[in-house]
Amino acid sequence: MEEKLTLFKNRKRFGIEKNIDIIFKNTALVLSSFVAIILLGIILVVFFQSFDSFSRYGLKFLVTSEWNPVKDEYGAFTAIYGTLLTSFLSLLITIPLGVGTAIFITEDFVPKVFREIIGSFVELLAAIPSVVLGLWAIFVMEPFFRTFFVFLHNFFGWIPLFSTEPTGRNSLLAILILVVMLLPIVTSIARDSLNQVPKKLRNAAYGIGASRWKTIFSVILPAALSGIMAGVLLALGRAMGETMAVTMIIGNSNAFSWSLLSPGYTISSMLANQFGEADGSQVSSLFYAAFVLMILSLVVNIFAQWLVKKFSLKY
Amino acid sequence: MNSLYYQKRLSRNIGDKFFTSLSVICALIAILPLIFLVTYILIKGGSQITPELFTLEPNPPGDDLDAGGINPALIGTLIITTIASIIAIPVGVGGGIYLAEYSKGGAFSRFIRFGVNVLAGVPSIIAGVFIYALIISTKILFGSMYSGLAGGMALSILMLPTVIKTTDEGLKLVPNELRYASLGVGASMYTTILKVTLPSAFRSIATGVVLGIARAAGETAPLIFTALFSYYYITGLGDLFYEMGSLAVLIYNFALEPYDAQNKLAWAASFILVLSILSVNIFSRILAAFTEKTKRV
Repeated sequence: MEEKLTLFKNRKRFGIEKNIDIIFKNTALVLSSFVAIILLGIILVVFFQSFDSFSRYGLKFLVTSEWNPVKDEYGAFTAIYGTLLTSFLSLLITIPLGVGTAIFITEDFVPKVFREIIGSFVELLAAIPSVVLGLWAIFVMEPFFRTFFVFLHNFFGWIPLFSTEPTGRNSLLAILILVVMLLPIVTSIARDSLNQVPKKLRNAAYGIGASRWKTIFSVILPAALSGIMAGVLLALGRAMGETMAVTMIIGNSNAFSWSLLSPGYTISSMLANQFGEADGSQVSSLFYAAFVLMILSLVVNIFAQWLVKKFSLKY
Repeated sequence: MNSLYYQKRLSRNIGDKFFTSLSVICALIAILPLIFLVTYILIKGGSQITPELFTLEPNPPGDDLDAGGINPALIGTLIITTIASIIAIPVGVGGGIYLAEYSKGGAFSRFIRFGVNVLAGVPSIIAGVFIYALIISTKILFGSMYSGLAGGMALSILMLPTVIKTTDEGLKLVPNELRYASLGVGASMYTTILKVTLPSAFRSIATGVVLGIARAAGETAPLIFTALFSYYYITGLGDLFYEMGSLAVLIYNFALEPYDAQNKLAWAASFILVLSILSVNIFSRILAAFTEKTKRV
């Protein structure tokens, strides 16, 4: 006992230990700045690699849809249009479905056990790799929807959106598989923000005689709106960058068409298809397309973060 | 007197019924395809599982008789995810330690946290494009072009934000009293972090990291033009510098083949991939729930 006490008394922090402390702190600092370095590195590298194509085509690249390695003419309009079209339309379908499901999970329509099972099941689905979804889309979804698409074309063929004869893979299938992918994201984020709305608000609304859905529409949804919006924007970013499932089912054709029933293209599927075997100015043009995709998703993501910060719940 | 009872025909009650059934329909539409998807993968893929699958090389598409196995892709996925973890875990945990333990909420840490969120939203194929420009087109890795090593690096970019975030959040949950106590008895900052705060946040960090690894294992887009694909067994360390197959890329390549045998192989690979990812997810969920329960006591 006595020995131990003296041990404590004589214990001083050695210089080497102080140095280790400083080194440890600085290592952590350097490691954390890696994030910034990688992020800036990605932006700079993709930008400089696309410089050649950028100086040659300028902004014309964004509005022409010629993609011809033989003639050395490049324009990414079809792919950009496809990216925006598939992501916005899929989101349009996903939002009501996802928010509706989230409301179903957070209200007490069925016992809590069932709701929790449904909730965690939906979350698990977010973990399924998109390449597997693509496989499923090719072999199950496409044959399943074929007759329906033929029906759409026969009866609504006069609308430009359904004007082409459906032959296998097309943009509409890509939109549907994106819905399956985005649903878990939107549902779980909407559920979390609905759960964060304080019970007091609900009780107050019930107390002054509001019905259940009056409460949901006028009190709970507005209170949870910022969280839901942020989730929707995150899903939009995911949809724009999604590669595998879309590449496998969209048909990969650079010919521009208004019809949803014709094969299409997105920026990411163009990258996935051509990057491995491209050379010369095609590579530079692909980098340009990648740069456009990155800017799109950066804008959406930064806007989502700003939204969360600006309108986060204040109760 | 009547107004005290529930009246079915009141417009508010009819409206409530209508919206309730609408949300039930939403939930059904959302969940049915998902259930259908999972059962289909498990049944269709599970029926293709044979012992040879795990030991053979895949045969090049074209001979329609026998597709072979997925051994190189299975090993490749393990190797590539391991490389990604070796890079992303130290960097991410170190960065998370800085954010949670050292930073004082200044401009730098706010910028890094912002950067983490932005990096998490960068499309996965961009990570592949970046590594292609940085490593493959420059042949910086000892003159080799497409390689498993480059694929692992591309995946590590996707894992990094997850690891930093879970470390940061896990460490923030550790009560400050523990830190004060440790510093109070004279421990230095790094001893406090390594011996007190990190161990007490270990479980939540480990859960997050494992989930990040599981997600990375299924990523395809960053690999299709960094690691490419290979039909041959991985025999030694030297193979790290050559094209390497992975389950995800195998599914992509073989799903697009017109031959039935290759398609079946893609289903089998999906089964293995989905089953392992789902079981990791379920296991870590159970673990997290268990930890929460013990903490409350």
